[in-house]
Amino acid sequence: MLRYVLRRLLTAIPTLFVIVTISFFLIRVAPGGPFNQEKGLNPVIKANLERQFGLDLPLWKQYLNYLGNLLQGDFGPSYNLPDFTVGELFRLGLPVSVQLGATALALALVLGGLLGIVAALNQNRAADYTVVAAATAGSTIPTFVIAPLFQLFFALTLKWVPVGGWGDGALVNKVGPVLTLMLPQLAVVARLMRGSMIEALRAHHIRTARAMGLSDHSVIIRHAMRGALLPIVSYAGPAAASLLTGSLIVEYIFAIPGVGRYFVDAALNRDYTLVMGTVVVIAIFTLLFNLIVDVLYAVVDPRVRYD
Amino acid sequence: MTDASPAAPAAGRSLWADARARLRRNRAAMVSLVYLAFMAMACVFGPMLAPNDFTTIHADYTRVPPSLTPYPKADGIEAALHEALRRARLDLKSWRQDGSVVEVTVSSAKPVDPRSARYLDRSDVFENTVVKSTSPDGLAMTLETSVQQTSFYFGTDSNGRDLLQRTLIAGRVSLSIGLLAGLVAVVIGVLYGAAAGLAGGRTDEIMMRIVDILYSLPFIFFVIMLVVFFGRNFVLMFLAVGAVLWLDMARIVRGQALSLKRQEYVQAAEALGVSRWGILARHIIPNLLGPVVIYMTLLVPQVIILESFLSYLGLGVQEPLSSWGVLISQGSKSIPGAKWLLVFPSLFLTTTLFALNFVGDGLRDALDPKDR
Repeated sequence: MLRYVLRRLLTAIPTLFVIVTISFFLIRVAPGGPFNQEKGLNPVIKANLERQFGLDLPLWKQYLNYLGNLLQGDFGPSYNLPDFTVGELFRLGLPVSVQLGATALALALVLGGLLGIVAALNQNRAADYTVVAAATAGSTIPTFVIAPLFQLFFALTLKWVPVGGWGDGALVNKVGPVLTLMLPQLAVVARLMRGSMIEALRAHHIRTARAMGLSDHSVIIRHAMRGALLPIVSYAGPAAASLLTGSLIVEYIFAIPGVGRYFVDAALNRDYTLVMGTVVVIAIFTLLFNLIVDVLYAVVDPRVRYD
Repeated sequence: MTDASPAAPAAGRSLWADARARLRRNRAAMVSLVYLAFMAMACVFGPMLAPNDFTTIHADYTRVPPSLTPYPKADGIEAALHEALRRARLDLKSWRQDGSVVEVTVSSAKPVDPRSARYLDRSDVFENTVVKSTSPDGLAMTLETSVQQTSFYFGTDSNGRDLLQRTLIAGRVSLSIGLLAGLVAVVIGVLYGAAAGLAGGRTDEIMMRIVDILYSLPFIFFVIMLVVFFGRNFVLMFLAVGAVLWLDMARIVRGQALSLKRQEYVQAAEALGVSRWGILARHIIPNLLGPVVIYMTLLVPQVIILESFLSYLGLGVQEPLSSWGVLISQGSKSIPGAKWLLVFPSLFLTTTLFALNFVGDGLRDALDPKDR
């Protein structure tokens, strides 16, 4: 297992390299630059700025410089937020996004899993239909609809929570973002769990376990759930990667100082280093969670071996 | 759709007839289909039938709440009179309403110019103002004007534009983007996937590696880059969105093509000497259609959400056109003052997405019965 993990970590390096290379040149061929403002900068000042950040060098040289800095863990300065380096921006924003994303994911997995099991055990009965209907609603309504509606009802009408803001991480400030992040995930998890649980309950080893007189409780928890967890595990990996790196819409609507907003703002402002930093961070999270998923697979399903 | 069952003695039902029958029995899918048809008709023809124009700015009716009875309301007439006469620098002496005709007596310290009648016409509330009589000293005048009735069933936005019209126009944009971009994605995906699957071997390997690499790039990054490249061009944006979403389609089609290639009936056709194109047209494409149709119905809502998301960020369609995403974004900025600006577009978008999902699920059940 350890060898497998090491090998996967090694193969992640060329993948990361390809992603960095493609994104680097993709953002560079886009028209415009970080110092092209609407008002038009004095060309001398612009040239000086570009020289300062090494943007006047040939592109391949810039690319090599960037790679070299990246290997030393230096993401470079942010062009549009000149008081910060990209590294600092992530140190400030990432904990916020990770905290919200992790809470939302954990809640979605636990609650969604439970709802899915309840639905599967009551297949084609009222409880099942309720869960399926709620899950359809949850996965159909986009976040940018749910979030303002949440603000309208819970913050502005009932005044239970603040409309937005981080408030130094006070619990009431997290309710809205966590709920809106969680809802679509919960819906998908519940649907997946229901489907795989129904299938698992039909399997031969479950019939055997029941025939041997094991209690319902033990059959469901110890035998059926284990197999049913596989689709959840493979869904949770990519979901975790995208949740932990911040949701643009949720952070925007609830005014959360996370990293979700960097990407779009940076791409629109041609803040090259910040775009690249975001790409790298997202790619690392994605690769990492894919690896975790594969390792968990072996833990959950003894048939999976990586030797 | 090739329904090419030759006149068989015991009329066997074709795959498509079978699927149609199964779809018809699915009540949720049928209701959704009707709803979608209704929504499409409403968005295409509604703007011609509904009152007002989607670009007209009703300066006197900014942010008025939705109402089934026409504006102006009873107390609105006096307010509108005051407002119009204030601009004309005239004093309102008295007014009385007789049906839709309003008689106004105005006065001023200076002689009243008969052209002042225009000030009333300029308001959204009155039209066809005429001077009925002028007092001998010219300091007072009686005007007759008729009240202009306007209906705002969904209310108006902060610029005084009719939200019903805006929502319907936005629906045109959202639905057509969904269809067009979905179509682009399907065409690219099917061609690419089928080519890879049928070619096989090295070509297949390389083509699929390319898909893998595109896959691992953050999706939204790709979309934003395309939007940046193509600028704010409406049609190009459709194409860009479609061009990003073909990856799944390509994978599905490639897998199907790979397995279809090895089916006995394809081998039999080859052995019988059927040409490559014959096999493609008679066996491969009809068998690919099922998954493609299913995937397309799931793709359309995805595209609509994506477009709404881009418009929400301000990267999508530009004023005065709008899409549901634009309206929702504007609406979420105007709560709590004007809830209807958020509620109506959200309702249109979500119900459409629901219907599309139900149709997609219904089609999947109908075309792929073993999946149930």
